[in-house]
Amino acid sequence: MQYLPALLLLAALMAVWELAVALLDIRPYLLPAPSRIWSAFLRIGGTLPHHTWTTMAEATLGLALAAAVGVALAALIASVGLVRRVLYPLLVASQAVPMIVLAPLLVVWFGFGMAPKVIVVALVGFFPIVVNTVDGLLGADREMVGLVRSMGANRAQVLRHILGPSALPAFFAGLKIAAAYAVVGAIIGEWVGAGSGLGIFITRSQASFRIDQVFVAIVIVALASILLFALVQLAARLATPWMYVHERKDEG
Amino acid sequence: MSEPAIELRGLSHRFGEGEHAVSAVQDISLSVAAGSFVSVLGPSGCGKSTLLRVLAGLLVPTAGQALVRGRSAIATPGLVGYMPQRDLLLPWRRALANATLGAEIAGEPVEAERERARGLFQQFGLAGFEDVWPAQLSGGMRQRLALLRTFLIRSDVLLLDEPFGALDAITRRAMQAWLQDVWMRDRRTVLFVTHDVEEALFLSDTVYVLTERPGRLLTHVDAPFARPRLPSLVVEPAFVQCKALLLEALDRGAPGG
Repeated sequence: MQYLPALLLLAALMAVWELAVALLDIRPYLLPAPSRIWSAFLRIGGTLPHHTWTTMAEATLGLALAAAVGVALAALIASVGLVRRVLYPLLVASQAVPMIVLAPLLVVWFGFGMAPKVIVVALVGFFPIVVNTVDGLLGADREMVGLVRSMGANRAQVLRHILGPSALPAFFAGLKIAAAYAVVGAIIGEWVGAGSGLGIFITRSQASFRIDQVFVAIVIVALASILLFALVQLAARLATPWMYVHERKDEG
Repeated sequence: MSEPAIELRGLSHRFGEGEHAVSAVQDISLSVAAGSFVSVLGPSGCGKSTLLRVLAGLLVPTAGQALVRGRSAIATPGLVGYMPQRDLLLPWRRALANATLGAEIAGEPVEAERERARGLFQQFGLAGFEDVWPAQLSGGMRQRLALLRTFLIRSDVLLLDEPFGALDAITRRAMQAWLQDVWMRDRRTVLFVTHDVEEALFLSDTVYVLTERPGRLLTHVDAPFARPRLPSLVVEPAFVQCKALLLEALDRGAPGG
């Protein structure tokens, strides 16, 4: 089984952690042992699906928004040279604005609902999608474009038959990066204020010194990120099946 | 039918501008009769591909005319079936879908075209490979599929740019005999580009010889051998004589020759 080494390592780390906390007599409000985190999970487990659901919904919607905006921007940047020169530096600069600074402003502008969280996720995620998709579109084989043009293809057909499919793997590479950060993005969005969600759950737990609960949330955030990443991976496999065939070198 | 299928008149092309301009071809005039197989032979980089790209409507030449069935082909794609040097199979389409690409772009009904293509898969030695990805095909099969795609294009003028350039010598000989076979079924006009003397002579009715860059037309040699030609033709005296003529012409075209 391919994940066995990773699971063994994880189990070993847990054992070391558990032992270290017991032997060094570390206070639970500084670092709770895995067993304590587990019992916290059993105690508060009932409230978690609600928070997790909120955060996952924000992350997924934000990712979808990032993909839509990212692809539109990429198409514009790749097809118009002027847009490329004007917009690309701005996009890079936009990544220099810390989300921690932006998140409170978004709450002021868009209220305490879902909107500001979705926007934070989209802001974190659209950049790798744009950069990768632009590279994919510009990296399309010029001779392939020539081939379909010689068959009489118009611009839309060149986009559909050559540029689009050749940019698809790059788009998914960007989407995977965005997916890995989406859940964390949603949590940053919730930090400032929210009715429910893992971010607000973490804030409340910290305020009442329930560090074991914070760790429970961290584990769930990690699992949620892995789930989202795996879903994107699955979508990539379904949408670009030719990327997963083994090449045949022998003569036939 | 007296009108030539392909005609080039005083065709010249330079890449780039001013001092950095590189002349690719210079003052090329030739004509190809409908239904004939004509080759353009020349050393690598002599601008042979440039001629085909002009006729395919992809490249606007600096000077001269290029006509396909009497119509100017300049900046007018879609008049010919064009097969570039690389097979350029689309990796995201299975073999059959690659074959029907031309019909799809022309907006023809895809279902009927698929049936037509299926029939040709047998002829092109690709039966049973309709649903595989291009990455799963061998070099020779990829080339045959690219040719199949070109033959499916509904044009009676085909431009083939060194279709066997990437194949080993043995596969290459088999493919030449087979191409003659396929071509003889409907005898469409073919303009074939190659740097292989024997290949040009074996396949063609007429072979035009180009000089090294910038490519200028040096001479042409007729290959009046009866068809179907057998692979053993290449060692017959008449063939060897023609080959000697072509080799001599190529030597004259080389710098310092």
